Amino acid sequence: MNTLVPDALSIDGVHKSFGTVQALDGISFAIRRGEFFGLLGPNGAGKSTLINIVAGLIRPDQGRVAVLGHDTVRDWRSARRLIGVVPQELVFDPFFKVVDMLRIQAGYYGCGREVWPWIDEMLVRLDLENKRNASMRALSGGMKRRVLIAQALVHRPPVVILDEPTAGVDVELRRTLWSFLRELHARGTTVVLTTHYLEEAQDLCERIAIIDRGRVRVIETTTQLLDRHPFRFLRLKLGNGGVLPESLRPLVSDEKNGVTELRLERGKHPISGVFAALRTAGLDIEDVHTREPDLEDIFIELTGEHAVAGRVAG
Amino acid sequence: MSRGDSQPPDFAAAELARFSDRVGFLTLTGKEIKRFWSVLGQTVTAPVITALLYLLVFAQAMQGRAPVYPGVSYTAFLVPGLVMMTVIQNAFANSSSSLTQSKIMGNLVFLLMAPLGAWEWFAAYVVAALVRAALVATVMLTATLFFVRLPLHAPLALLAMFLLAGASLAVLGLIAGIVASKFDHLAAFTNFIITPLSFLSGVFYSVHALPRFWFLASHLNPFFYMIDGFRYGFFGQADVPILLSLAWVAGFLALVSAICLWMLMTGYKLRR
Repeated sequence: MNTLVPDALSIDGVHKSFGTVQALDGISFAIRRGEFFGLLGPNGAGKSTLINIVAGLIRPDQGRVAVLGHDTVRDWRSARRLIGVVPQELVFDPFFKVVDMLRIQAGYYGCGREVWPWIDEMLVRLDLENKRNASMRALSGGMKRRVLIAQALVHRPPVVILDEPTAGVDVELRRTLWSFLRELHARGTTVVLTTHYLEEAQDLCERIAIIDRGRVRVIETTTQLLDRHPFRFLRLKLGNGGVLPESLRPLVSDEKNGVTELRLERGKHPISGVFAALRTAGLDIEDVHTREPDLEDIFIELTGEHAVAGRVAG
Repeated sequence: MSRGDSQPPDFAAAELARFSDRVGFLTLTGKEIKRFWSVLGQTVTAPVITALLYLLVFAQAMQGRAPVYPGVSYTAFLVPGLVMMTVIQNAFANSSSSLTQSKIMGNLVFLLMAPLGAWEWFAAYVVAALVRAALVATVMLTATLFFVRLPLHAPLALLAMFLLAGASLAVLGLIAGIVASKFDHLAAFTNFIITPLSFLSGVFYSVHALPRFWFLASHLNPFFYMIDGFRYGFFGQADVPILLSLAWVAGFLALVSAICLWMLMTGYKLRR
C-alpha cells in the first residue's frame, strides 16, 4: 500500500465466528483505489459476512477494516460516508415513494438538495424515471433492485460494494447495470462486486479474490488467474461415427451430442500430438475448436465446487 | 489492469469536512413523522376514538358519584388521565413499531449502514414519537371540549410532564424495538407491561381510594406519576406533590435513556 494514497479497502486479519461456525478465518487483502474488483466464492464462503463487516452491520471478532484509510470501527462515521453498499436481499421501506426513499437515504449521509440532480440522473440511468413517484411496495423485484443500487450511490461514495446485484434480474437490467457500473468505474469509483455469474466477473473485474471456507484462496488479476490454469480444451467432432482412440480416452473431460472435449495440459499434451493420434487411427475430423479456460474452470479447480445450473458460483 | 492512481469523485470526501449530523437527525426525524402521518387513521384517529369511548362509557357509568377532588367532576377528572394514557401508549407504539417493522422487513440496514450515531437515532425517534403524542393529545383535548371544559392551572408543569412522559415512553419503545425480533415480542411487551401499568396508574380513580397494598404498589408505577402530574397541570390538585411526580418521571427517563443509549452505542441486537 502506498502510504500517501490509502487503499480503497484494506482488510487485515479479519476473523468472525457465529457460535461454532467460523465464517471468516483471518482474511487479509487490499483493494486499490479505482479498481474493479471481484469477490467470488461458493455459497457460505464468507463473502456476505465480509461485506457486512465492511458495511458496519457485523463486528469482527479480530482484525480491522479501513475504507480509504478510515477504520470502520474507530472512525466509523468517516468510513461509512465513503462507502456505498448494495445489500443482497431485496429490502425496502413500504411507506415511501422511490424518489422520497432516495432523498431520505441522501439525508442520512448529510446530503441535502445539492444531490437531487444526481438522484434525477440516477433515476434516468437506471430506467426508474417513470417510477419516481411509485410506492416502493408497488415495484417489481427488478425495479426494487435498481432502487437499492441508487440508494447505495446516492451520496456519491468513492467506494461501492455490490453484493450479487444481478441475482435474479433479467438480461436487460443486467446489461443496464453493467453499463452503469462501467461508467461509474470510468469516473474513478472503486467497484467491488460479488456475483453468481462468473462470466460477469470475468468481463468486468480487473482483479479477483476467491474466498472459500472463510479464507482467501487466491487473489490475482483476472488475466493472471486465467493464465495460471495449466489446461486448455480441445473440442472435436469426429466424422463417419469415428470412435476416439483409447490413447486419448484419459484426456476426455466432456462428451455430449457427438462432441468430445479433451483437457490438454500445457506443455505435456500438444495439440499436434492429438491430431497425430487421430491420423494414425484413420479418423476424420468433422469439426474442431479450442477453448481457453474460463473463470468457472479456475473456480472449480480452486474450490472443488461444481457449477450448478449453468455458472452458479457465488 | 489496475487504475490505482486515478482519483475518485471528491464529493463524499468533501462531505467529511461538513457537520452533517444535524441533517441526518432531521432526515430521520422527518422520515419517522412521515411514516406515522401516512397512516393517520391508524396512528391518530383510532387511539383518539378508543379514548373517547372510554370517556363516554366511564363518564356515563360513574355519573352522580362524589367528585374525586373538590370541585372537579368525574368526567373532568377522567379526561387528563385518558389523554396521558393515550400519550403513553402512542409514544411507545410509534418508536417500537417503526423499529420492529424495519428490523423484520430488513430495511433497517439503510440506517445501520449510514453514518448516524446513537444520539441521532435516539433523538430522532423520540422527537417523532413526541410529535405523534402531541397530535393525539391535541385532538383528544379538542374533542373533549364537547363534554367538559378543563381549567389550566399550571401550563408549564403540564408541558413538562407531557414531554418527560412522552419521551420516556418513546425511549421505552425504542428499547422494546431493539429487543424484539418479531411482532409477538412487541405484543408481549405491550400487553404485559405497557397496558397493565397504564390501566393501574390511576386513570380512572384516585389511588387514595385503593386498599393499602395497591395504594403502595401504585407508588412504584412510573405511569402513576405521569398521570398524576399531568392532572395537576389542569386542576392544581393531585395525589402526590407535583415536584415528586416530575422528579420520578425525570428519573425514569434518565434510566431508560441510559439503557437505550447503551444499546444503540454497543449495537445490542442490532449489529451482530
